Amino acid sequence: MTSRSRDTRRSFLKLTAGAAGASLGSALIPGFVGQAFAAAATPADKALIAAAKAEGKLNVIALPPDWANYGQMIAEFSKLYGIHVNSASPDASSAQELQAIKSLKGQSRGPDVVDVGPSFALAGVQEGLFQPYKVATWASIPDNMKDAGGLWWGDYFGVISLGVNRKVVKNPPKSWADLLKPEYKGMVTLNGSPLGAAAAFSGVYAAALANGGSLDNIEPGIEFFAKLAKAGNFNPSDATSASLVSGQTPIVVNWDYLNLADGQKNKGMVDIETVLPTGGHPLGGFYCQAISKFAPNLKAAQLWEEFLMSDAGQLIYLEGFAHPARFSDMVARGVVPKALLDKLPPAEPYKQAQFPNKEQTEKAKATLQANWAKMVHV
Amino acid sequence: MQRPAMEQAGSAAGTQPVRPRGGHWGAMIFIGPFLLYVAVFLLLPTLRLFSQAFSGDHGLTLQYVEALGQPQTVKAFINSIVLSAVSAAVGLIVGGLVAYFLLRPQAPRGLRSLVTSFSAVAANFAGVPLAFAFIATLGSLGMVTLWLKNLGIDLYGTGFSLYSMSGLIVVYAYFQVPLMIIVIIPAIEGLRREWREASESLGAGSWTYWRHVGLPILLPSLLSAYLLLFGNAFSAYATPYALTSGIISLVPIEISNVLSGNVMLAPQTGAALALGMIVVMVGVMLLYALAARRAGRWSGK
Repeated sequence: MTSRSRDTRRSFLKLTAGAAGASLGSALIPGFVGQAFAAAATPADKALIAAAKAEGKLNVIALPPDWANYGQMIAEFSKLYGIHVNSASPDASSAQELQAIKSLKGQSRGPDVVDVGPSFALAGVQEGLFQPYKVATWASIPDNMKDAGGLWWGDYFGVISLGVNRKVVKNPPKSWADLLKPEYKGMVTLNGSPLGAAAAFSGVYAAALANGGSLDNIEPGIEFFAKLAKAGNFNPSDATSASLVSGQTPIVVNWDYLNLADGQKNKGMVDIETVLPTGGHPLGGFYCQAISKFAPNLKAAQLWEEFLMSDAGQLIYLEGFAHPARFSDMVARGVVPKALLDKLPPAEPYKQAQFPNKEQTEKAKATLQANWAKMVHV
Repeated sequence: MQRPAMEQAGSAAGTQPVRPRGGHWGAMIFIGPFLLYVAVFLLLPTLRLFSQAFSGDHGLTLQYVEALGQPQTVKAFINSIVLSAVSAAVGLIVGGLVAYFLLRPQAPRGLRSLVTSFSAVAANFAGVPLAFAFIATLGSLGMVTLWLKNLGIDLYGTGFSLYSMSGLIVVYAYFQVPLMIIVIIPAIEGLRREWREASESLGAGSWTYWRHVGLPILLPSLLSAYLLLFGNAFSAYATPYALTSGIISLVPIEISNVLSGNVMLAPQTGAALALGMIVVMVGVMLLYALAARRAGRWSGK
């Protein structure tokens, strides 16, 4: 069990539902929330809207339609402003996004905006690939989720969860320790390689938090997976949405918003349950928005960011089960419909979520790189 | 050993080919674009790899190439080389034998076209679909695994695992064997019946014929087939990734991790790794060239 003292907790926790104080949890009384979804505030800057409409198009990259509800996000934005959105390489990785900014510099097809992991946001700053912009709702984005100079800011976050195919797994695991039971032989899968896929890396990190490790020590997470492999429960193949639904990989360690979306998508076909495993602090991870320094459609890019970070855009993320960055501010203001909150897992674990900072992530990566293949044998 | 006369004749014939006038330019029109293509898509990227592997934030550096000495990187290279060498050997032996039996006069008529058309498909069947086909059949919850369990055989209890080195070799064999069949059939067909008859009339049995005539003539083809299979396995990426997602570290997977992953970003390390792969392939080709020189004594045409 983790024994982190309270004073080392990062202020990030303020961001999660009701974490701004226990009183907030009780503020979620019906009537206080649940205003009409459509009435949520959208960007109001008329001059910006006019300028963006004049540009008429926007280039986005690496936004899978079924990831954090980006399909709907793009559709709503287009409908609202009549701006055509070119969505390139939906399945690209963060590294490829930064590469695209560099290689398409000065071309009209270059990406205007990117959605990258925090370490890649920092790499982008270092390489001078972004330009600063502060959206109207800047103040309510938690401080540790944004660059003080406005070069990047968090847009949504999630925690590591277990996606469980209930057709195969009659008795879903509740905790990390449960995964070691013989009944889950050959069932537990990561979403890719922890050395290459952020979700898999975070999965190992999350296991560390539940097995005596901490944000500063990922080693117990590697040990946990080594144990899992030894017991024959770890299935090292690459999990996909299809393999979860078909039951080839019946238990997938993945971001909550991906597992929840898989469950929603396959309703009626197969029951995919999303479990936030107990046994330690959940591990959280957020993504960042940034505007390319060479954005060919700058005004449209700024309007897109205003839209993503407005109440309306943030609720679209939430509809896709990704917790928006301004979640706790919006809950406090009572603009999150109750129906939406009811669809999400219980808010309690989210208050406990821990987010690694850059140094901790770097250290964890180095440890993982040196030990993963050495320790985990199938 | 006397050099056979035919080789000398061959080298003499290659000195002064008669060229029609203007043929030089005609040839250039066709070969030029190809050379350009090779320059743009093979030579330039390779040079770029070189420069990237040796350049750091502040000019030239050896740190990325030195980093190839890290234990996990060395392990990745060893794994890749062993996997490629073994799976190529499996392909060579199994595919070679299959091709040999197919071409025997007493082989059933329709069998050959059946096997060759299947091979043409299977040799190109790789990547994620292949990996998942194997997970569905031989995975820990796979169909065959469960059948065997019902028969009382615990496949995974015997130490076999689809997600291990031995499992990868089995999966690679699925495309290595057919590829071998495709490339070796013409070579085996090239063995003339007269040679066989001549050796038999001199009293050689089947073994002696293969030992002294058949295999020495086939050797260059077998060597180049082995090289092709080795390279084929050495660069395979999607199949092992979908199957083991990085549990068994292989060089192509390491490259993708540092180049296009969401966790690490180190393009220079990727370039150094790719350079390492090129060095290994060049080494293998040198060995091949040496072996082919020795083997080629018999088949100078």
